Amino acid sequence: MIKTPFAYKMSISVGMLTATFILFCLNLAMGSVYIPVKETFAIFINGHSDNVIWENILLRTRLPQAVTSAMAGMGLGIAGLMMQTLFRNPLAGPSVLGISSGASLGVAVLVMATGGIFHISLSNMGIWGELSIISASMLGALLVLMVILGISQKIGGTLSVLIMGVMFGYLANSLVGILKFFSREADVHNYVIWGLGSFSRLSMQKSFFFAGAVFVTSFLAFLLSKQLNLISIGDRYAMNLGVKVKHARFLIILVSGMLTAIVTAFCGPIVFIGLAVPHIVKYLIRTSDHLYLISYTAITGMAVALLCNLIARLPGLDSNLPINSVTAFIGAPVVISVILHRRKHKSDAE
Amino acid sequence: MQNKSYDIPENNLLSTHPLVVLENVSIGYGNAKIVARKLFATIECGRVVCLLGSNGTGKSTLIRTLCGFQHALEGQIVLNDKPLSAYSPQKLSKELSVVLTDKVDIANATVEEFVAYGRSPYTNFLGQLTDDDKTIIETAMVNCRIIHKRNEYIANLSDGEKQKAVIAKSIAQNTPLIILDEPTAFLDLPARVEIMQLLRMLAVKANKAILMSTHDMDLALQMADKLWILHKNGPITEGCPEDLLLSGSFNTLFGESNITFDIKTGLFKVFHEYKYVLPVKGHGFHYTLLRRAFARNGINLVQAGEEKALLLEINPQNPDVYSFYADNILLQSTNSIEKLLGIVIQKLSTTHSTAKHQENSSYDHLF
Repeated sequence: MIKTPFAYKMSISVGMLTATFILFCLNLAMGSVYIPVKETFAIFINGHSDNVIWENILLRTRLPQAVTSAMAGMGLGIAGLMMQTLFRNPLAGPSVLGISSGASLGVAVLVMATGGIFHISLSNMGIWGELSIISASMLGALLVLMVILGISQKIGGTLSVLIMGVMFGYLANSLVGILKFFSREADVHNYVIWGLGSFSRLSMQKSFFFAGAVFVTSFLAFLLSKQLNLISIGDRYAMNLGVKVKHARFLIILVSGMLTAIVTAFCGPIVFIGLAVPHIVKYLIRTSDHLYLISYTAITGMAVALLCNLIARLPGLDSNLPINSVTAFIGAPVVISVILHRRKHKSDAE
Repeated sequence: MQNKSYDIPENNLLSTHPLVVLENVSIGYGNAKIVARKLFATIECGRVVCLLGSNGTGKSTLIRTLCGFQHALEGQIVLNDKPLSAYSPQKLSKELSVVLTDKVDIANATVEEFVAYGRSPYTNFLGQLTDDDKTIIETAMVNCRIIHKRNEYIANLSDGEKQKAVIAKSIAQNTPLIILDEPTAFLDLPARVEIMQLLRMLAVKANKAILMSTHDMDLALQMADKLWILHKNGPITEGCPEDLLLSGSFNTLFGESNITFDIKTGLFKVFHEYKYVLPVKGHGFHYTLLRRAFARNGINLVQAGEEKALLLEINPQNPDVYSFYADNILLQSTNSIEKLLGIVIQKLSTTHSTAKHQENSSYDHLF
């Protein structure tokens, strides 16, 4: 096996950054309404345009959507990477701890309770409806996160935490199912729409707030990279190298759980990005050092989410495809091919 | 700060101040399950100590307790003049390093990356390596003879190479004490010998105290400065291998199993149940081999006396070394022990079938 030289890593990072930048620009330039590229640049450089409609489309729709998708991709990718390392399981992802299911439960309770009891439809409430959905989802996600953290402090094994998380996911989903059964059709419809996930719900201000929250939490993940490295060797080796394993596990679950909760609250449950992106990164740069892995996952996560968002709004389509269909459509083949490639490499070496 | 190379003159060879002291230690899980009690033992710097004991005596529990992964139930373990329980994880990581039986299956780590993790007690919160760190990592890989694989991925190494990488990691950790849990299990003989020689070199040249548990009796006897023999429920018998040989401590090692210790060869011997006795004339290497093969088949060879009904003769000068006589008539002359064995067994079973049957009926189920 050839070593991964520094130059190779650099070229990958330059390539990834360029790809992300180009995808970001394409997200701005392409859409159901045609805006000339020259005009797009003009609007961003001058801050305004003669064509108010174009200006509105760019600044109020496409820019927040691009920012949201990029940051969601980054957050989910990092959360997935941390989960895969902590649980030493390539199938782990942000959804594995039942945190997004918790968010779903929060939203389901809110949507169906307001509809069924107060006969209010949240979709008619504008900004307040939107905010309450975000809060409910955040609350549900954090509630599950707290329970998981409590369990992880009580019981020793990582595997038991993983199983508990998956079980909580099932529990939350079954509660959602029961709620749906007793709810009005309109409310179920509202919930289903939320559950499809979307990068296009946030306004400019909210998308920047979202970006800030994801960025700060991701930075915390970056600070945990040394602990992640040592835990990936094995719990007892980590302990012998001076890591307080229980403490570190708590922080890793907390940070990755927060990332998942934030993204799910603002965009709804987004599948596959958190699972697929770490695999792409580990294939591109073969290292165990999380300082690199987290940085590359952040950039690659952005690129993949932007690509998915772009495909969801391919020119010629009147409306957006559901983002989760696109992420799965892109993610599954990527994971499959990465694993096939890795098998081939391994048998080459042997 | 750290010694960059292990080319330190052979110092402290006679150091007697112990680095590790076990004082009346009991090990186990909670009060309900004490595995062994009343353990007293010491480890000195610059010595290789091998921990022996049959399965279930608590070798692994003792190793885990010494590593600080679990607490001693009673008594005290003193490391470097301080109780083990008084060390914080960070402090302890600079005092003792471990090589565990846990499978190291870290994805995408090269040998160098992996060995570098041994430096993490000394690096900053992001784990960045200084030039000093890099020199130490390099030296550790050189000493463990794994430097040629530095850019190889851990997952692609053989078991022996993997073990060397893990040992290099614990050397990079630069601790006075290294504890290894069965480092030679799953390795073939050359790899086992290489690992043992490496550990000896470290003990002598870098003045490390090394404790390893092992089932490898032959190697432990030849390579260890000191043995800890852990008996079921305690205590530990400690001493240099030769002293323990003389005092007969090995005979109790495996309790009541069919293993005896041969004080002349210094080797463990499987105890055979004998069905027949056969006189033999001769000695030397041919005799030793013959004796072993016949013992395996329930035939005890004894030096020939008056009885001459059946007789084996060893004559290394003859083209056919082994000759088998019945009533002074040559039945077979051969060079092959296998062939000889066949004929002897056939003869014995016909002549002794009636006479020996009742005498040895209790052994019949063995055949």
